Amino acid sequence: MNETIQLDGHSPKGPLEQRWTQHKYNLRVVSPANRKHYRIIVVGTGLAGASAAASLAEMGYQVTTVCFQDSPRRAHSIAAQGGINAAKNYHNDGDSVWRLFYDMIKGGDFRARESNVFRLAELSTGIIDQAVAQGVPFAREYSGYLANRSFGGAQVSRTFYARGQTGQQLLLGAYQAMSRQVALGHIRHLSRTEMQDLILIKGQAKGIITRNLLTGELVSHLADCVLLCTGGYGNAYYLSTNAKGCNASAIWRAHKKGALFANPSFTQIHPTCIPQHGELQSKLTLMSESLRNDGRIWAPKHAKDCDRNPNEIAESDRDYFLERMYPAFGNLVPRDIASRAVKLICDEGRGVGHEINGQKLGVYLDFADAIVEQGATTINEKYGNLFEMYHRITSEDPTQQPMRIYPAVHYTMGGLWVDYNLMTTIDGLFAGGEANFSDHGANRLGASALMQGLADGYFILPATVSDYLARQKPLADADYPEVAETRLSVQKHLSRLLSAPDPKHSPDDFHRRLGQILWDNCGMARNDHDLRQAIMQIQQLREAYWQQVKITGDNKQINQVLERAGRIADFMELAELMCRDALQREESCGCHARVEHLTPTGEVQRHDNQFSYVSAWRYSGNVSEPILVKEPLHFDFVSPGIRNYQ
Amino acid sequence: MKFILHIWRQSRPAESGNFRRYELEVSAESSFLEMLDALNEQLIQAGEEPVAFDHDCREGICGSCSLVINGEPHGRHRATTSCQQYMRDYQDQKELWIEPWRAAAFPVIQDLITDRSALDRLIQAGGYIPVRTGAAPEANTIPVAKKVADKAFDAATCIGCGACVAVCPNASATLFVAAKVSHLSSLPQGKLDAERPAKMLAQMQAEGFGSCSNYRECERSCPKQISTENIVTLNRALYRN
Repeated sequence: MNETIQLDGHSPKGPLEQRWTQHKYNLRVVSPANRKHYRIIVVGTGLAGASAAASLAEMGYQVTTVCFQDSPRRAHSIAAQGGINAAKNYHNDGDSVWRLFYDMIKGGDFRARESNVFRLAELSTGIIDQAVAQGVPFAREYSGYLANRSFGGAQVSRTFYARGQTGQQLLLGAYQAMSRQVALGHIRHLSRTEMQDLILIKGQAKGIITRNLLTGELVSHLADCVLLCTGGYGNAYYLSTNAKGCNASAIWRAHKKGALFANPSFTQIHPTCIPQHGELQSKLTLMSESLRNDGRIWAPKHAKDCDRNPNEIAESDRDYFLERMYPAFGNLVPRDIASRAVKLICDEGRGVGHEINGQKLGVYLDFADAIVEQGATTINEKYGNLFEMYHRITSEDPTQQPMRIYPAVHYTMGGLWVDYNLMTTIDGLFAGGEANFSDHGANRLGASALMQGLADGYFILPATVSDYLARQKPLADADYPEVAETRLSVQKHLSRLLSAPDPKHSPDDFHRRLGQILWDNCGMARNDHDLRQAIMQIQQLREAYWQQVKITGDNKQINQVLERAGRIADFMELAELMCRDALQREESCGCHARVEHLTPTGEVQRHDNQFSYVSAWRYSGNVSEPILVKEPLHFDFVSPGIRNYQ
Repeated sequence: MKFILHIWRQSRPAESGNFRRYELEVSAESSFLEMLDALNEQLIQAGEEPVAFDHDCREGICGSCSLVINGEPHGRHRATTSCQQYMRDYQDQKELWIEPWRAAAFPVIQDLITDRSALDRLIQAGGYIPVRTGAAPEANTIPVAKKVADKAFDAATCIGCGACVAVCPNASATLFVAAKVSHLSSLPQGKLDAERPAKMLAQMQAEGFGSCSNYRECERSCPKQISTENIVTLNRALYRN
């Protein structure tokens, strides 16, 4: 079903480089003396949530933060390895805000808004300044100035990094800024607390119901607006590089309350992950993309060599396929391009390593040349901790034999639809970071996720949330019937989970089956037939889930099985929407590769005339009948061309 | 591989816990936490309460996982978190004793889960730089020698897991505090907070952590190899005032 109504993105008009400045000027502000009367709830305390909470609290608002982990410092942003982009042009290699903007728009295959992406590029430099002032120990050169490296999809060195732990250091910076506000009493933080539902009062987001994960107690929190900074939903696939706790519940429940969900099928598959080794594996581990700066990716030219020791395979029998296929970018092509190339090689039967479902899924990432050229010390200095990590997991030493890598689910570009102010289609509900859909289009460029989370939190939300609050009267303390209603529906949902009529299988068992359906049909390659099949399978699995899910224990103390079961119930519904979105997008763009729409050489083929839009889905009351709303994308400053990395 | 597991089971903070015995067969390639997952699946199937344990990223960086395995916080391998231990590492130890962090400041909540929020309160006591968000000067205006930045990074890499506390005979959090003080005192943010060490150490005492007696066990069991050299930096900063 299609809907013809127009979504208003509130994108400003005029010259691109003046839009944010002009927009900020037009946004209303709340006087410093009045800010203490407003309450804000921030759900999720990763890069976007912690930075937004710290900024808003510092401005003088009363902020409540919520996270399901035992401490905000454990949010999954902590695991980001590679780096953060900023158009500083420290290397004098021609970088600029315009170039970063262009690389991102092109990287996302022209499926993101110009205004948003330009703003992100523009704010990028301020993020580095902010982080350095906070004491983030970025890598330095011997001059004492900040060091940079290059990343996939770019031909300049604009990525700032703190060894292989950039996300950790940036998150700790934001967490510490947030901790300062907790100590000052401006932030009330609740750990081990999970949002269960959104409270709407007269159609506006005015609070949330949370569950205390230690006691099971349901608590309602009211505020003048709500920010969801809850990360991505890659765990719908079961195996992913996300932390085990990452989930879609907050955004999914907001979706069911009226927030549109945009581009759900855009899932980035990251090319350089450690391959799966067994059936009962619980997660996949990413190896930073920065490794591709010095590592050369290859596979044996002949299938007969696949079982041989890689060090014994002659140079002439190796296929450095990325360098062969994409000479200009070589090993540094964007993630979607590299992932598909690796899949192609493995599908041809030239994969190496463990066999999963009858196919060897892995190729080599080789540092031998780099070690010879630059010396083992230099290479160890750059990638030492990643090498150690790989060594621990696989018991193979990457300085002695090449790493094995294979693509894995990594980042979701889809999320809640937001306008230029990062507000969803629910009045007063904002979404920041990976939880929203904006800025990355159909594929995210490396090192721009950290940038987006922090730009949203430190710079954009403080301005746009203030504008919203300036138009609101602080919510009066009263008994709102909506609170009790929402609470009751949460209780019902939990009781239903705990009392399946025929409890047989653990939630994880269902999750693995759901993940397999998604990976097989809505993964690196999609097609009409398989997507339709997948939708049916998901519907059947969902039905079985509510009949047979087996949850031990009760709702009165820690119950990790119940926590997971609630999240999986939401993945079951979201998964169908992901497939429906992939099915309607009859083109290939970025990470969305429909096999019906590839060029004869296997490159993705967009159909701009028909699909230059954001697909935003409205919940109709029936998960299987979502309504598609299209937000057309206009390109006034760049012309969408073929994404050529050759 | 077959293992005999003795796992600490405790249903509530106020109740006393005890070790319970389980037998399990598991592949050598499984991580330690995947082994616990497998056990939990079996328990759920049998209608028993699964073992509660903290974990999240499973790649050694979030600091959630906190198992004491055969007496060692984070298990057998040095410089490694629990989630990065693999069953192949335990081939010759067929009997495993798995218990939570033991420290008065980290009360057990359930089974293997402890309350480590005291570490958050240590940071709130002064483990930050009071810089305004959104208004910082150009980052390269103050150069920092590479050596200094690298050293700051070595300290900043602490994941706040609390293994240092769990292994310390005094249950001291000095290494955690020292790492933060050392990290923040070496990077450019204008005037140093001279009170930081005193504020954080006072909070440490208030939370019920012991003080440092230089056993240096913390350094040995730290998954991120934070050096006790940071404690020297902390003490110097403390007594300089």
